Amino acid sequence: MAAVDRPVMKPRPVYLNLFAIRMPLPAVVSILHRASGALLFLVGIPLVLCTLQRALASQESWAEMRQLFQSPLAKLITVVLAWAFIHHLFAGIRHVLMDVHVGVDLASARRSAAVALVLAVVVTLAIAVRLW
Amino acid sequence: MPNRAVVGAHYGWRDWLVQRVTAVLMGLYTLLVLGLLLWFGGLDFAAWKGAFGNEAFRIGTFVFMAALLWHAWVGVRNILMDYVKPVIVRLALQMLVIGALVGYAGWTIQILWGPR
Repeated sequence: MAAVDRPVMKPRPVYLNLFAIRMPLPAVVSILHRASGALLFLVGIPLVLCTLQRALASQESWAEMRQLFQSPLAKLITVVLAWAFIHHLFAGIRHVLMDVHVGVDLASARRSAAVALVLAVVVTLAIAVRLW
Repeated sequence: MPNRAVVGAHYGWRDWLVQRVTAVLMGLYTLLVLGLLLWFGGLDFAAWKGAFGNEAFRIGTFVFMAALLWHAWVGVRNILMDYVKPVIVRLALQMLVIGALVGYAGWTIQILWGPR
């Protein structure tokens, strides 16, 4: 049945307490890429479609939407989703660059991870400042 | 790809490519929208309505949404495969996700081309 005979492996210790493992920076960027993607799927897509629909329906509902987005809660949600989008975008660009063999050595990978992480936060903060 | 074995699933090469192609499409649309926003220096209802009155922009927006939904499917499926081990639960969640994504596609079409 088995197509490939696997070598017999020695039992290895499995230790996956995420809170005790110190994750390297690329791992942090990677897990945030996944988390931001999940957030964009769960909250981002329905919210954007809802907003798009209301904002296009009529002049009145457009004004309503503008009004709604003045509330601190709406601004907070906007900022969090903006971060998710921007982090996902920058980390994604980093992935695609590595796919074409740009910056795959360890030093560059760490550097680009830091750049993606920090740049996403900076752009998000700029958006937050503009909103408030 | 030599020595392919029957593994009960496909190898994921297509998903890998889809994820990148859809990402590039969404990136281009994002640049376009940012460019338009900067060009018009803000957004009022008339400009907003005008943009979505343009058939080319509607089609571009639909391409973006289609890319987004396909991209989301690949990503969410990966997440479910990694964390949800019981097959029946995973399949149920995957069906739920597919249902949501197809629904979003219909909703998008309705927003873009439906009666206003």
